[in-house]
Amino acid sequence: MSWVLDHIGQILSLAGQHAYLAGVPLVIGLLLALPLGWLARRYPRLYPPLIVGTGLLYTIPSLALFILMPLVIGTRILDPFNVVVAMTIYTVALLVRTVADGLGSVPGVVNQAATAMGYKRMGRFFTVELPLAVPVIAAGLRVAAVSNVSIVSVASLVGVSQLGYFLTDGYQRGFATELVVGIASCIVLALLFDGLIVLVTRMMTPWQRAGR
Amino acid sequence: MINNILRWLTDPAQWSGQDGIPTRALQHLEYSVVTLLVAALIAIPVGLLVGHTGRGRSLVSVANAMRAVPSLGLLFAISLWVGPKIHGSLAFVIPSIIVLVLLAIPPILSGTYAGIESVDPAARDAAKGMGMRGSEVLRVVELPCALPLLMSGLRSAALQVIATATIASSVSLGGLGRYLIDGLASSQYEVMAGGAVCVAALALLMDLVMAGLQRAVVSPGLTGKFKQSDPVASDGRIPA
Amino acid sequence: MKRMNTVLVLTVVAAMLSLSACGGGSDPTKPAAGAGSSDKTTIIIGSADFPESTLIGEIYAGALEAKGVTVKKTFNIGSREVYLKALQDGSIDLIAEYTGSLSTFLNKKASAKDPAGVYAELKSELPAALTVLDKSAAEDKDSIAVTKETAAKWSLKTIPDLAAHQNDIALAAPSEFKTRERGLVGLKAQYGVDLTGKFLPLKGAAVVEAMKNGQAQAGNIFSTDPSIAENSFVVLDDPKALFGVDNVVPLITKAKVTQTISAALNAVSAKLDTPTLGDLLKQVVSDKKDPAVVAKEFLTKNGLG
Repeated sequence: MSWVLDHIGQILSLAGQHAYLAGVPLVIGLLLALPLGWLARRYPRLYPPLIVGTGLLYTIPSLALFILMPLVIGTRILDPFNVVVAMTIYTVALLVRTVADGLGSVPGVVNQAATAMGYKRMGRFFTVELPLAVPVIAAGLRVAAVSNVSIVSVASLVGVSQLGYFLTDGYQRGFATELVVGIASCIVLALLFDGLIVLVTRMMTPWQRAGR
Repeated sequence: MINNILRWLTDPAQWSGQDGIPTRALQHLEYSVVTLLVAALIAIPVGLLVGHTGRGRSLVSVANAMRAVPSLGLLFAISLWVGPKIHGSLAFVIPSIIVLVLLAIPPILSGTYAGIESVDPAARDAAKGMGMRGSEVLRVVELPCALPLLMSGLRSAALQVIATATIASSVSLGGLGRYLIDGLASSQYEVMAGGAVCVAALALLMDLVMAGLQRAVVSPGLTGKFKQSDPVASDGRIPA
Repeated sequence: MKRMNTVLVLTVVAAMLSLSACGGGSDPTKPAAGAGSSDKTTIIIGSADFPESTLIGEIYAGALEAKGVTVKKTFNIGSREVYLKALQDGSIDLIAEYTGSLSTFLNKKASAKDPAGVYAELKSELPAALTVLDKSAAEDKDSIAVTKETAAKWSLKTIPDLAAHQNDIALAAPSEFKTRERGLVGLKAQYGVDLTGKFLPLKGAAVVEAMKNGQAQAGNIFSTDPSIAENSFVVLDDPKALFGVDNVVPLITKAKVTQTISAALNAVSAKLDTPTLGDLLKQVVSDKKDPAVVAKEFLTKNGLG
């Protein structure tokens, strides 16, 4: 469509913004979820409160979190940082359970064998447990990535610039083309994130390919 | 700030009338339950069939790809195009329900499918050995064994629906999201925060109810309470 | 082998992060605290959540850029309640406003009824940090409109005529209309018309659609909206001038005003009048042209950009 070609610069710029607002929380959220998930797995008594606690965070509506963030962290009203913090909270909420379950999916005998081979706790975590947990964690990360891209578009209701702009402007003007382009760009971005995670997972788990 | 929110929540004016919390909460619950029922009616049979027959796996991938569609965009699009074709007061409810159903289908479908996939092949074998035919195996063995993951998919869908129904208020849907959208428009933070608290409370309540349902419906043998520690299977396989 | 994998993974992650950070239009790495723009000559222009605000914002942006001012645009922020906060905390510096609506918003008891009086009253009500430049002859005010059929059915010509049918009328209007003086509150206070019963919170094209489909019998439509003419809507008379006078005026942070900026914006205000604004808006809303493109054409035609 000629509209797309005319606005390709704007589309790419907003897509970049969107990728930042969805992607950075993904990475930070994962880094935060790893120790929390490990804690939940290591001390079974912490599992219910940690999982329920983080699950509670996910029940807070995204719109409310975006708007109330300036009051909590003292940023200004249109600051994209509000969205980054809010999205990180959601990512952590989604991933803690996934990380805990991923680490739990490592067979007990494997852990025992590793200990028997002389691995200390940290070494075992990074070289044995975590790599084996990657498939489960990656599955959760894919869901988180796609969900993040969708939630970030809601931030256009509070004036933060990203692909959601095409959605609100298209709706206000009744402009079908713009609305469709907005939806399509979000889908493409989500699929790109998904594909990237699949690629990285495949690189990190060569043993899953070996048996073919 | 917290004082303002508490004051708003405990104000008796908020608890009565058309704009009161109970009315809106009930509306919100209505939309969510209807959505989940419709989505379950679509997704569970499809998931069961795909898992049981092993055919049509692409449907599950398509459903997962559906997660990538931004709900706000779909809401706006369907409101603009389907809305005008519906006359009467449901003109704004139906587009929102459609979007919410589309949102709820992927988790339920993938939960059902994963559930069937996770059924121990030994159980299927035993069922066949006892003389059960296809649909009987599905009904008597596979479905009950798939219930834990199916329920977890349902619970995840319920959470997403309750959260996204709030955004539907920007296309004039009622429910608790009205506090968020109206509070945003008039910059009344305590209304937004109060609304958010109500939504979170409703979501927790719903999850508790579903957890109770899960406990009632799922066979005790599947809850893992009686699991032995890491037995090695008879064929030497180490179970995951 | 394992180490190479880890290095590869870290490289990919780093690449992904830097790619998105590079692609980002604005500067997300700059900390939140501190002044909105880094130097005195950068102006951040905002707009409200309706197309005309963005259109006028684009016109201001083009006019300022033509005079060498660096401009940043943050459009589609939200309602007045929201973007005033953004003005006050420095997230934006300049936005297109409307004299009467802003005046009543700041002071419910604002009483002036003529353009000059409203403008003077507004100036006296503004917070110390903000100011307005010259007002334009162009006007865009709130209105209550009904479909031709509804007007015929109930013989509606003026707003007070609504009182007789108020229980049967669903009014479609943005959420904030419910709590504003120039909204349901004023309708009740000044005209005794109570439309809270079937209020339908919608905005933009959705209001027009709701009216066309009979879901709403009345709608809050801005007077320059092309859909009024396109759908033969009837705008109800406002004898008490509740929606009074609303001239377009630039609202700007006092600290950001310079000779260049005020000269450029005043020149724009001088050239803008209601028919022109209506025509420009029609190109954006009905013909779906880009506000930036329409703004540029206007500026070029008038020798302002």
